[in-house]
Amino acid sequence: MTVRVQTEDFDISAEIAALRRDNPKVGAIASFIGVVRDINDGDAVAEMTLEHYPGMTEKSIEGIITQARGRWNIFDALVVHRVGTLKPLDQIVLVIVTGGHRGDAFAACEFVMDYLKTRAPFWKKEKTGAGARWVDARESDDIAAERWRIKG
Amino acid sequence: MITVLYFARLREALGTGSEQIALPPAVRDLEGLRAFLIARGEAWAEALGPGRPVRVAVNQDMAADDTPIVEGDEVAFFPPVTGG
Repeated sequence: MTVRVQTEDFDISAEIAALRRDNPKVGAIASFIGVVRDINDGDAVAEMTLEHYPGMTEKSIEGIITQARGRWNIFDALVVHRVGTLKPLDQIVLVIVTGGHRGDAFAACEFVMDYLKTRAPFWKKEKTGAGARWVDARESDDIAAERWRIKG
Repeated sequence: MITVLYFARLREALGTGSEQIALPPAVRDLEGLRAFLIARGEAWAEALGPGRPVRVAVNQDMAADDTPIVEGDEVAFFPPVTGG
């Protein structure tokens, strides 16, 4: 698995090529890119700054990928998450999952993203016309993550 | 000594991102450490007081009130996460 937290932008084509390289068993590649919107909670967003907890952030994403590997039949997964100052249209996060078939690849990709949103230590501060503000966690993200809980 | 880290809104409210604290003998778990920090004054009580949206990790794993705190630990206080 690959987990990177970086200020630089990423190139999905290069990342997919690297992740699937020399593995003829791969029949499905699912991916997700999150990007910066120019509006949030009704206010225009000029830019945002992302902060993380070096060490724990990477560890927590690795743990999420390990869980995904235990639940679905996938080959490999990559997460790249940017930090620092980003502007509308900029890419924030990339998730790629390779597998034999699409069902497991799609599910694992969505699971990794839903868990990342609610568990990986990143924080967004956005700059709007009214000044800078920390973004509040959303209940809808908790609900999205809760869907994946294994029923006991 | 223990290392205590503060992130995002908490770092700004408390005016520090990291500090070394001599572990008070009375502090045995996370609940005790939080009470010790809250007793520092108004800004600390406001940021870390009961009911505030604060998450805590001990040695980079999410922790609960009864998680033990021992010499050398890294304890991080932060708001609910908002990445992705």
